[in-house]
Amino acid sequence: MNLIPLFIAIPLGVAFILALLGKLKEVVSDLLAALSTLSLAILSFVLIGQLKTHGIFVYIVGKWTPPWGINLVLDGLSLLMLIIINTVAFLVIIYSVSYMKKFTAKSRYYALFILMLAGMNGVVLTGDFFNLFVFSEIAAISSYALVAFGVEAEELEASFKYMVMGSIASILILFSVGLLYGLTGSLNMADVGRMIQGKRNVLLSFSMTLFLAGFGLKAAVIPFHAWLPDAHPSAPAPISAMLSGVLIKALGVYALMRIFFNVFGMGLQLYWTFMILGCVSMIGGGLLALRQEDLKRLLAYSSISQIGYIILGLGCGNYWGIMGALFHLLNHASFKSLLFLNSGAVEYSTGTRKLEKMGGLSKVMPVTGATSTIASLSISGIPPFNGFWSKLFIIIGLIQAGHFVLAVITILASVLTLAYYLRMQRYAFFGKLREGLEKIKEAPSLMSFSVIVLAIICLGVGILFYPVMKIVLEPAVGVLQEGIRYSSLVLGG
Amino acid sequence: MIFFLCFVIFLIGLYCVIVKKNILKIVIGIAIMEYAVNLFLILLGYRWEGVPAIVTETVTQAKFVDPLPQALVLTAIVISVATLALMVSLCIRIHQRYKTFDITKIRRLKG
Repeated sequence: MNLIPLFIAIPLGVAFILALLGKLKEVVSDLLAALSTLSLAILSFVLIGQLKTHGIFVYIVGKWTPPWGINLVLDGLSLLMLIIINTVAFLVIIYSVSYMKKFTAKSRYYALFILMLAGMNGVVLTGDFFNLFVFSEIAAISSYALVAFGVEAEELEASFKYMVMGSIASILILFSVGLLYGLTGSLNMADVGRMIQGKRNVLLSFSMTLFLAGFGLKAAVIPFHAWLPDAHPSAPAPISAMLSGVLIKALGVYALMRIFFNVFGMGLQLYWTFMILGCVSMIGGGLLALRQEDLKRLLAYSSISQIGYIILGLGCGNYWGIMGALFHLLNHASFKSLLFLNSGAVEYSTGTRKLEKMGGLSKVMPVTGATSTIASLSISGIPPFNGFWSKLFIIIGLIQAGHFVLAVITILASVLTLAYYLRMQRYAFFGKLREGLEKIKEAPSLMSFSVIVLAIICLGVGILFYPVMKIVLEPAVGVLQEGIRYSSLVLGG
Repeated sequence: MIFFLCFVIFLIGLYCVIVKKNILKIVIGIAIMEYAVNLFLILLGYRWEGVPAIVTETVTQAKFVDPLPQALVLTAIVISVATLALMVSLCIRIHQRYKTFDITKIRRLKG
């Protein structure tokens, strides 16, 4: 039985049903959302075994063979993304059951959330440029609505800003898809890749530039980052976790990887572009995070910085660089969503996000305090947590490629990360308990459940990094290293 | 030439988004950009003196226009309608909260 279409069909169907359930009891929509995301998460793990025997799955929609029809492609890279997206989505849904109680219209929230999930799964699975655009729009439009979900002044402002930038990005992407169609007469990624192999002309470079700008905007790499520090903190905490942990990777980084590595084929100039963009966002995001007073804003800037690491690792182009980048992508999804969920728990209990108004929260909120410490240590790259390994691999990749200066900069940026996370920990969780905060309680158990699972993932992936590397990451690295051979794998021949 | 004009429309839209202060005008700018891209897609499939791509008994060897971009544009229009509707509704909500459409006065987020 072919499982691939289910990743798009289940969430689309569930989102539709949830939207209709508006008037019914909340428990029904809680259960439905949790069960559907749980089943998707389990399905994505089931596919690991299946993919091992097959190598690559191509699902042809409606019996039209690829160059004309639509196809869904599942390879190592897509599978890695599917696992990340669906696991984080399930944990975030569990968390939202308690957290979203203060908002009205919870079933609408679930409907939008799961629609966003459908869009992301679609982006990751599709093998077709136009569907990439359509699915990324589905995910993006529901995320605009989710950022504005609280309809307070700040949320609306952030959402409008996000929406303007996001729409420009989508228009650039559509323009570029049109250009490629004009040049090759095909929309299938594999087919386009085969036709433009070895060709270089002005229009092709123009379309690459448009893709870089469009997906760069969605990934919030630094010259295009302005929307992220507003949009991510303003959204409700589970949505921030989803946006920062998963959405910018699925829509931005994944699409960049797929298009530049597998369709256009990387060249020396592109490697340098990736490395420079990555380096600038890594340092810039880190420096900007250092002076933030708002807890969630600090985390948002840190996301920009960590995306920088991923792009920089991709720019190395060798095995260890790409391995480090993909590993960091997986790790960032785990610890950044954990941190955002914890910031939500802090906001839920204390009612503030300002760092100066917190202090000593570890004493009254032991679970939140402990898990944030784990996440902060992971993200700063302290062994044996998972962040250490991915940063180490990126640095090994840079040294192998002969970029010693960049390797030193990466180490310095890692120290910078440690600096702002220590600052956050010191203000919020360590030290003496601030007056007036004695009465607050730990977050509800469902919220604690999600953060504990994420913390276990952080620690577990760090200790068992070798099997994770071999089982999940190596096929994904293989896909990127094969480069433009992708087209012959998909089309067969 | 005509593609160049299409690009000019696109740039007019971009100018509108970047320069204008009124949020409704920004929304209009985005709409103009979307129309420019849709026009571009339609023009890609256009053939001089072409006929609709429907094969019948009488029309078999004719020069067909490319039907695929038309299908794409339909989809793109539907998506842009969704975006526009959400944007305009956001503008209404923003006006309720801030009592203004001026983007320079809607600035509570900074840092």
